[in-house]
Amino acid sequence: MATKTQEGTKTVQAKEPATARNIALPIYLDYQATTPTDPRVVEAMLPYFTTKFGNPHSRNHSFGWEAEEGVETARAQIAALVGANDKEIIFTSGATESNNLAIKGVGRFYKDRRNEIVTVVTEHKCVLDACRHLEEEGFKVTYLAVKQNGLVDLDHLRQAVTDKTALVSVMAVNNEIGVVQPLKEIAAIAHEKGAFFHTDAAQAAGKIPLDVEDMHIDLMSISAHKMYGPKGIGALYVRRKPRVRLHALIHGGGQERGMRSGTLPVPLIVGFGRAAEIAKNEMAKDNERIRRLSDRLFNGINKQLKDVVLNGDREARFPGNLNLSFSYVEGESLMMGIRDIAVSSGSACTSASLEPSYVLRALGVEEEMAHTSIRFGIGRMTTEAEIDYAIETIVKHVKKLREMSPLWEMVQEGIDLKSIQWSDH
Amino acid sequence: MAYGEKLIDHYENPRNIGAMDKHATDVGTGLVGAPACGDVMKLQIKVSAEGIIEDAKFKTFGCGSAIASSSLVTEWVKGKTLDEAESIKNTQIAQHLALPPVKIHCSVLAEDAIKAAIADYRKKSGKPGAAHVNAEPAKVAAE
Ligand SMILES: Cc1ncc(COP(=O)(O)O)c(C=O)c1O
Ligand code: FES
Repeated sequence: MATKTQEGTKTVQAKEPATARNIALPIYLDYQATTPTDPRVVEAMLPYFTTKFGNPHSRNHSFGWEAEEGVETARAQIAALVGANDKEIIFTSGATESNNLAIKGVGRFYKDRRNEIVTVVTEHKCVLDACRHLEEEGFKVTYLAVKQNGLVDLDHLRQAVTDKTALVSVMAVNNEIGVVQPLKEIAAIAHEKGAFFHTDAAQAAGKIPLDVEDMHIDLMSISAHKMYGPKGIGALYVRRKPRVRLHALIHGGGQERGMRSGTLPVPLIVGFGRAAEIAKNEMAKDNERIRRLSDRLFNGINKQLKDVVLNGDREARFPGNLNLSFSYVEGESLMMGIRDIAVSSGSACTSASLEPSYVLRALGVEEEMAHTSIRFGIGRMTTEAEIDYAIETIVKHVKKLREMSPLWEMVQEGIDLKSIQWSDH
Repeated sequence: MAYGEKLIDHYENPRNIGAMDKHATDVGTGLVGAPACGDVMKLQIKVSAEGIIEDAKFKTFGCGSAIASSSLVTEWVKGKTLDEAESIKNTQIAQHLALPPVKIHCSVLAEDAIKAAIADYRKKSGKPGAAHVNAEPAKVAAE
């Protein structure tokens, strides 16, 4: 779900009155898709490409030791971010692999005693798809519905978890709508029945405080490129006490305590570690800024436009994610209008499948509203000037598109859209 | 998605946006698509006593390709007879705007909209044309 942005970079000219702020276009407001690598992260990585290039598994010379030291420092930095022990961090290629390893790995290890998995319909595709594969292997998977605010209903969860459940997998922060699930409560329900609790924290790590001890999390997936680190590296936290065991997906030299073989990509890992360290130190400061910018965007749009709906719970959310439905304006046409702002849409017209977002549909958002949704992602590098430019551009284009929307026209004339017999096609 | 120049031009400077009196006997209205599918097109034509389309207006809820397709057909139908307008094919629209394959159905909708508008006009004016009509306009119930 990414927009096509304009080629190159242009600077807004002073003759456009409200935008005389010298901001570089296009503006990036798609921080859930990925984040830019923090320059401090890049700086930390560079020596590991050139002078400290050793294989961390080489035990017999200083090149290997130096690389290994880089890896272990990073492991400690990542462990510190989530309140884990260093030994509980397993490096992977990203959250997709971590989720696969957690779900398939734990599922297959405990299959003889427990062959059920409980997850949620709004999970990332990689969680849902890993679960589908386990179904083919004979597992029973329950995909829980969510409430209208996008949160899991804890009573339904309690009913779904049985003493046959091996794993409960519920994401921390949703990538499309930003809602934060009640992890601690979910963990308690899983543990009542002796099941493990896994959370996909790709959108949460480095963004909201996470503590695997306090929250009783058994497995947690993290991705570096969502937290200002490099792409292609992630981690799976695997609890040691009580010990969680899993079947490896990738076999070979037995690295990462046998759970994930392969030579570790040292520069990526060092960058991931530095990104975790920065996130831990600056989370409070970053979040205060992000919340302010998010409120500014939301209020700025709502002051000038009516019928704009926030998707997902208003309170339990990461403020860097604002998913808004602009009623009567189709999302892709709006993205085309605001081309110099990079965002994503839940509209079918933007997806290869021409299906609207399954996450919004799961919230009970009407299809016509799902088609009008735009996700704004705000992050560490977002500025106030960018937000102001975004507000102005969005308001202008929504007004223009509503003027050409037959639905807007009908609603203004007092026609109930539901009373119309629409033609099928 | 990368779009062609003509498409972007029609999207940015859409021709003939607006509405005409749907009750007027010389106006035909076609309303096709559905909000749940993400696309609704309303296309109206004003027909002279000689059976020539004098004016056309549209409003579209849909992607950029749908907006551009409807804008383009309003330009094309003006000055045409009903039969001529009815022979416009979605493939011509798609070709002119260089629509990518996943956007072909947006041009189909534009073809349906023009057919529906013509059918509505014929029904209202009691002047059935030669060609058969296969697109039924959606019914506006709350009139
Ligand atoms: C919630 C969530 N889980 C998993 C992933 C996949 O992460 P990665 O790109 O590291 O494989 C993403 C990113 O798209 C995500 O948002
Ligand atoms: S209207 Fe949905 S793809 Fe064109």
